[in-house]
This record gives sequence, structure tokens and C-alpha cells, in this order.
Amino acid sequence: MSFVAPNILKKTALNARHRELGARMIGFGGWDMPVEYASGISNEHHAVRTKAGLFDVSHMGEIEIAGVDALAVVQRITCNDASVLTVGQAQYSAITTEAGTVIDDILVYKLASTHYLLVVNASNIAKDQAWVANEISSVNDAVLVNSSSRYALLALQGPLAQKILQPLTGTELDSIPYYWFTNGEVANVRAMISRTGYTGEDGFELFIQPQAAVRVWDALLDVGAEPIGLGARDTLRLEAAMRLYGNDIDETTTVLEAGLGWIVGWQKQNFIGKDALITARETGLTRQLAGFEMIDRGIARQGYDVYSDERIVGSVTSGTQTPFLNKAIGMAYVPTELSKNETEIIINVRGRYLRARIIQMPFYKRRRK
Amino acid sequence: MYPPELKYTKNHEWIRISGTQGQVGITDYAQQQLGDVVFVDLPEIGIHFTQGEQFGSIESVKAVSDLYCPVSGKVVEVNSALIDHPDTVNADPYGAWIIIVTLSNTDELLTLLEADGYGELIT
Repeated sequence: MSFVAPNILKKTALNARHRELGARMIGFGGWDMPVEYASGISNEHHAVRTKAGLFDVSHMGEIEIAGVDALAVVQRITCNDASVLTVGQAQYSAITTEAGTVIDDILVYKLASTHYLLVVNASNIAKDQAWVANEISSVNDAVLVNSSSRYALLALQGPLAQKILQPLTGTELDSIPYYWFTNGEVANVRAMISRTGYTGEDGFELFIQPQAAVRVWDALLDVGAEPIGLGARDTLRLEAAMRLYGNDIDETTTVLEAGLGWIVGWQKQNFIGKDALITARETGLTRQLAGFEMIDRGIARQGYDVYSDERIVGSVTSGTQTPFLNKAIGMAYVPTELSKNETEIIINVRGRYLRARIIQMPFYKRRRK
Repeated sequence: MYPPELKYTKNHEWIRISGTQGQVGITDYAQQQLGDVVFVDLPEIGIHFTQGEQFGSIESVKAVSDLYCPVSGKVVEVNSALIDHPDTVNADPYGAWIIIVTLSNTDELLTLLEADGYGELIT
């Protein structure tokens, strides 16, 4: 007798809305998520770059750490320095191994002096929770709660995000700087409003109760936001050179190799992975994540081999044809000596050996006001 | 939706026969599944492909699909307009032919699907 495990994807509170909007749905990190709506990835990508787009990112996980030693725990398990955060401020960080490699890349929110919220990748929720629980258990006066199911998370992104959101909230959005957040309401629903995102545009992420998600979603679409799926989320973040866990970073890549040295709190007393990262910084990196654009016509995708002098020297971690810059770009781990701008590399695109050149990241940078 | 004058493959290519030549493209269903097409990898003129052999590939933002020749034949023309405007495949899948082949064995046409049969395949 065989036993077939049911392959049931989790659904966000907006699942029915996505289907009504004609979304094509895919399984992503165990969730049934919209990859694109009727207008398609390119149009959605342009909408976020030029107007404002609305994403359901409720699949993201939330892990809270509270207690007298909450900061000590956060400081130990993450590589960035959370002691610099004020209540109402967030930072990009990573949970690191002893080797300085990445268990997950996260946002750390300081909710109160003894209360932190970690926003983690959907596919890593269980792993992160187990890792943090293990670290807490030793000495600390702190508790860990996986509160992922208590939040729906909507991201409103694009140059018109503030203009679209402002009429729906009493919070003065102009007073929220980049990577700060505040508690307020949106469409008469309680919300934590955070000026963060994963697109390279200005915008907000709204933490709300799942039962209120449809109301807020509909209200934002009513005032002109366009629904955006995970397909455009990927092309947008890649143009902005934001790393994607599982592609560009994982437990085999160090924070430094990934070019994320700016999230290492070197001055912190101690954190898991600090010694390894200090050693790596002193001895130098043998490989680095570099951005490239294709010279020859073709699209390099994840897993394609990178060649130099007819030898395999690395591999592509992310790659696409970008709808906005309208060229084929990507990221790859290459030997440090090949990571300089304008260096030419060869990528095996399904049997065709095509030229690409290393270029500065990010590929796209918005004009700031 | 599936023009009756065309013949179809299970891999979602179509062929429009005119004399001993045929235009080859991909179906409306195929372009919908792919999403926004951003790149068409065309073969060189003069190459002979056998029925079912890969003659090129087509890429959308999110995926790559191989293109298979519906019949055996020699490529006599490629639609180079697709190099700069690959999205024509989305806008007009039955107008945006990819290659024209000279058929080497017209009997192979009998192995292809009619519009009805193709329509059943994808529903």
C-alpha cells in the first residue's frame, strides 16, 4: 500500500481576490501565490517603476522576540548592529552561521525596548524559528513567538505610493523616513506602516490582521494601485540588486561574498559568525557576487556556468531580461579578480557560449527627491 | 481561438502550409502560458531539421521553452523582426511566424493535429 502525502499549499487571506483578478497562481515557498495578473509581468514591472503597485506578501514570516534579553538575543543571532535602532526603526540584517554564511536575510523591527520583530523569508520560517529557539534556550530571559499567521503583509511600492496611501490614513506619511515605521490605520483598519520594500522604489509595507486584508487590498486598488505578482517582484528586486535567498545567498555563501559587508556590525561585541567574517575580511575574498549584463543576445539564468579562459569559474545566481532597463542582467559568483567592472566573462546559455560584462550594481537606482 | 487552416503539434507549435513551404509559430495557448516573450532564439537559414527536432527556443521573463519543428524540412527564412520585437508573439501569435521551412516529406502533415484535436488537447 502506498501513502501519498497531500501537497497542500497554504493560502493567504487574499487568495480568492487574486483568482478573481485573473492571476496565474504558482506554488512558492509552500504558498499558493500569484505570479502575474492579467496585464503580465512587464506591465506590472512598469507600473511599479512609474506609478504604484500592490503586492500580497503575506507569505513572509514574522518571528517576535520579547523579554529583558531580547536585544541580546537579536545581537547574537544577527550580523547587523541592532543596538543602533530606535523604537520605530527597522534594519536589513541576516541570521548567520558560525562560518558567516546566511541562514536567512531578514528585517529587524524594534517594536519596543524589549520587543523585536523579525520579518523572514517564507521558505525559512521553520528553520529560523528552530535556530533562534535553540539560541534563546541557553541563557536568555526572552521568549520567541512565531506570529506569521497573525499578519497579512501588503507592500505598496512605486513613486506614487505615498500619494495613493495618504488619503486612506490619518498618519502623516511624510513623517516616516526610509526604514522607519509607525502604528496607525489604513482604510479604518489598524496597521503597522513601514517605509520599506523590495523593489528599489519608495513605498510602504503594511502589517495588518489577516481578516482585514481584503478591505485594505480593495481600498488600495480602488485608489489606483495595480496588483503585482511575484514575477515582477523578482524582476524589480533584481534590477535593484536586492539579494534573493535561495538564489544569491544561502548557507554556502558568506555575507561578505554576497557583497553585504554593509550589514555587518563589526563594532558589535559578538555575534554568531563574527570571527569567521573578521578572518575573511583580513585574508581577502576568493569569490564575490557580481552584477553582469549580457553583451551577446541571450538571457543567463540561475545555475548557468560562468567561464573565463575556457574554465568554469562560477555560476549565475539570478538572471533575467529586465522589463524596464530592457536588457539581460544577472548576478553571479565569480573569482574576485574577475569581479571588477568591465571584466568580460562567458556564460554557457544552454550550449551557447555568450559574452557578458561585469557592471556596477544596482542596475537600477531611483531618483530621490 | 485555434485557426482551422493551421495544423498543430502537442508541443504547441502551429504550421501554416502554402505549397511545399510552411510558416511555423507557437499557439495562443503557448504564448499565454509563457507570459511576456522577451527573446526568440532563431536558427540559421539553410539548416535541415527533422520532425520533432529542436530548432530554437523562446524565452519569457520567467521561463525558457524549446521550439520543435512540426515537420522535417530546411529553414528558408527566419522572422528577424522578432529579434527586436519578440513581444509580437504575445500580441499576434498566429501572425508572428518564427521560421519558414521547405517540407521534405508532406506525409508528415498527417501526423499533426487539426484545430479541433488541438483544442481538446489543451482543455
